[in-house]
Amino acid sequence: MTDPRTRKPVLEVEGLQTVFHDLEGAWPAINALDLTIYEGEVLGLVGESGSGKSVAGFSILGLIDTPGEITAGRVLFQGKDLREMDEESLRKLRGADLSMIFQDPLTTLNPVLTIGEQMGEAITEHGQADAEALRRRCIDTLTKVGITSPEERLSQYPHELSGGMRQRVVIAIALLNSPKVIIADEPTTALDVTIQSQIIAEMQRLQHDSGAALIWISHDLGVVAELADRIAVMYAGDIVEIGTTDEVLDRPRHPYTRGLLDSVPGDVPPGEPLRQIEGSAPPLNARPFGCPFHPRCAQATDLCRSSDPAPQGDGAGRIWRCHHPITAQEAA
Amino acid sequence: MLDTTTQAPDAVPETVMELRGLEREFARKPVLAERLMKLVGKAPDTPSLKAVRSVDFAIREGEVLGLVGESGCGKSTLGRMITGIIPPTGGAVTYQGADISAMKGQALKDFTLGVQMIFQDPYASLNPRQRVGEILAEPLRVHGLATDKADIRRRVDAALTEVGLDTSYRDRYPHQFSGGQRQRIGIARALIVEPSFLVCDEPIAALDVSIQAQVINLFLALRAKRNLTYLFISHDLSVVRHIADRVAIMYLGKIVEMAPAQEIFANPAHPYTRTLLEQIPSVKNRKRHFEAVKGEIPSPHKPPSGCAFHPRCPMATARCRAEAPVTREIAPGRTVSCHLHDAN
Ligand SMILES: Nc1ncnc2c1ncn2[C@@H]1O[C@H](COP(=O)(O)OP(=O)(O)OP(=O)(O)O)[C@@H](O)[C@H]1O
Ligand SMILES: Nc1ncnc2c1ncn2[C@@H]1O[C@H](COP(=O)(O)OP(=O)(O)O)[C@@H](O)[C@H]1O
Ligand code: SF4
Ligand code: SF4
Ligand SMILES: [Mg+2]
Ligand SMILES: [Mg+2]
Repeated sequence: MTDPRTRKPVLEVEGLQTVFHDLEGAWPAINALDLTIYEGEVLGLVGESGSGKSVAGFSILGLIDTPGEITAGRVLFQGKDLREMDEESLRKLRGADLSMIFQDPLTTLNPVLTIGEQMGEAITEHGQADAEALRRRCIDTLTKVGITSPEERLSQYPHELSGGMRQRVVIAIALLNSPKVIIADEPTTALDVTIQSQIIAEMQRLQHDSGAALIWISHDLGVVAELADRIAVMYAGDIVEIGTTDEVLDRPRHPYTRGLLDSVPGDVPPGEPLRQIEGSAPPLNARPFGCPFHPRCAQATDLCRSSDPAPQGDGAGRIWRCHHPITAQEAA
Repeated sequence: MLDTTTQAPDAVPETVMELRGLEREFARKPVLAERLMKLVGKAPDTPSLKAVRSVDFAIREGEVLGLVGESGCGKSTLGRMITGIIPPTGGAVTYQGADISAMKGQALKDFTLGVQMIFQDPYASLNPRQRVGEILAEPLRVHGLATDKADIRRRVDAALTEVGLDTSYRDRYPHQFSGGQRQRIGIARALIVEPSFLVCDEPIAALDVSIQAQVINLFLALRAKRNLTYLFISHDLSVVRHIADRVAIMYLGKIVEMAPAQEIFANPAHPYTRTLLEQIPSVKNRKRHFEAVKGEIPSPHKPPSGCAFHPRCPMATARCRAEAPVTREIAPGRTVSCHLHDAN
């Protein structure tokens, strides 16, 4: 695939900040998110749990409720700032041009409605269709996501389907209105590897055929490597590194990315200790001063402990946030 | 190839745990229609499901045996039977030569303390209202291993240190810890009674990648230090490859292949094992176009005829649909259950 950065942007996120309020104050879960999604690309968004991946996804679509609050930034889609739109137009856009797939299919599916009813609802909300055409469209979409006997499924309830099948239905619903951008939040994390690879294979095909841009959120670099054209790595509410999949995986510039790559089994011989990152990610209300990664970073210096590194880039879309980035020679 | 005849006899590890024809059946919950029929006095027989079907294998002292399979295939049920949490409905488990269902007195105590389980969800397995110090002291009190306050304190602190937690944490509650720290507490609780055998049921599945590496390293270090034996249940083959000496692959309640780890990864014999190996996500596979295995694991209520894997097997023949394969030894220490290996 050609470098996605040579294409047209479909979604531009600028300085997006979301905080969660509690009795002690307001704590940013994403700090000042800058992210451009290009037409037809797959962007993998990775990071540990609590790093802000889901909050980023929800914030892009304006789906933040109290105690959360989006406090700054713009989300430009087709030249319009979603944050300036009224709720009604935004709701129309979600589920049509922009759609989201959640980690737990049961949060999306209504337990008391049949699959057919839920799909029908998703279509009619975004334009009329006669009953027979509607039915055909549902069946076609279910077939596309690899569901066997789609006619029967239309009259079944979510609990009658396996976890993998439910996730496929959720994907089918997300695809119904031919979205231009899909945000998929860990859609395969709860599934077996076998079902996960079926769904990844189908997502690859569907995404290729439809040309939709896909943001695939995952904590698993291996899964992201299979799908993504570009990878963004999050830590403590910041994107600490972004680049093409090969750039990020083969020539990581941020010590955290490097640490994640090193900690998976595969490079050291069986039975030997894995190279581990010490410590764990900070909670929202205890973000370390300076570079938020410094307590866990082997390269940390006094500079890291006193000042939060600003994003730097190579001018071609490769960005990192580190005072002492790994050089190409070190990465090799 | 090693020449086994030149090895000292004590190089052959002893069997600590042996499973013979092990089975576990669960009564299926009756569906609504069946409950109604029961009310009017026409009870249909509710079919049961077999979660574990005729499993035979031995676990040797000091080894790490990896148990791998898809969700619902019976891994946890097997693990719970060999720790004595649930009884088998068929076959037997022997621990150091004795049937665990017939154990009494000191033998029973040795087994109960010697074999400990570590669970997937560290949070659910810790009492939220107890401080960590109390959680760790409880097994010592329950089993009468320590009564003296200072002695208990010393052993709690030693257990915390051993799993890499600060001793000051003994006064905190489980919710004050991260997932990885909670799993360390779960491991400390298992270790405090000085077991020799740990059944680890998906112990790192709920943890972040960087924390997974820390906990894997802890398991490796403990094994070396205490000469522990592990049954390591996991669906993550790359983790199993790293930690296990031997691997058993389970499908719909049966062990379909068993082999030394190196051999099974280099040269899988069963089509299901091969399929699982192809699915391992890896940062080395970029934008891969692969053929995913078709279908899902069938319900144990209605296992397929013949070989249970046949509806998903790319190699299946008419014989596979009709006749269940038997387990054969295809090389020393390697067993497989598939008609493709009947010729050998
Ligand atoms: N108490 C029970 N009553 C009825 N059925 C049960 C019970 N426990 C387990 N089963 C069934 O037995 C089968 C095996 O379950 P088990 O929990 O051992 O699977 P597993 O391999 O550990 O799966 P996972 O990877 O999801 O943990 C499943 O079909 C399950 O629904
Ligand atoms: N509804 C909420 N109330 C308070 N804090 C929240 C809420 N949702 C998310 N957070 C916090 O925001 C941070 C980022 O969360 P999230 O985006 O869900 O992480 P990820 O998806 O990367 O695992 C976490 O510290 C989380 O606890
Ligand atoms: S800025 Fe310093 S502490 Fe932060 S990642 Fe870079 S080297 Fe490590
Ligand atoms: S017995 Fe037949 S169906 Fe079963 S695994 Fe072997 S080839 Fe496949
Ligand atoms: Mg999330
Ligand atoms: Mg289980």
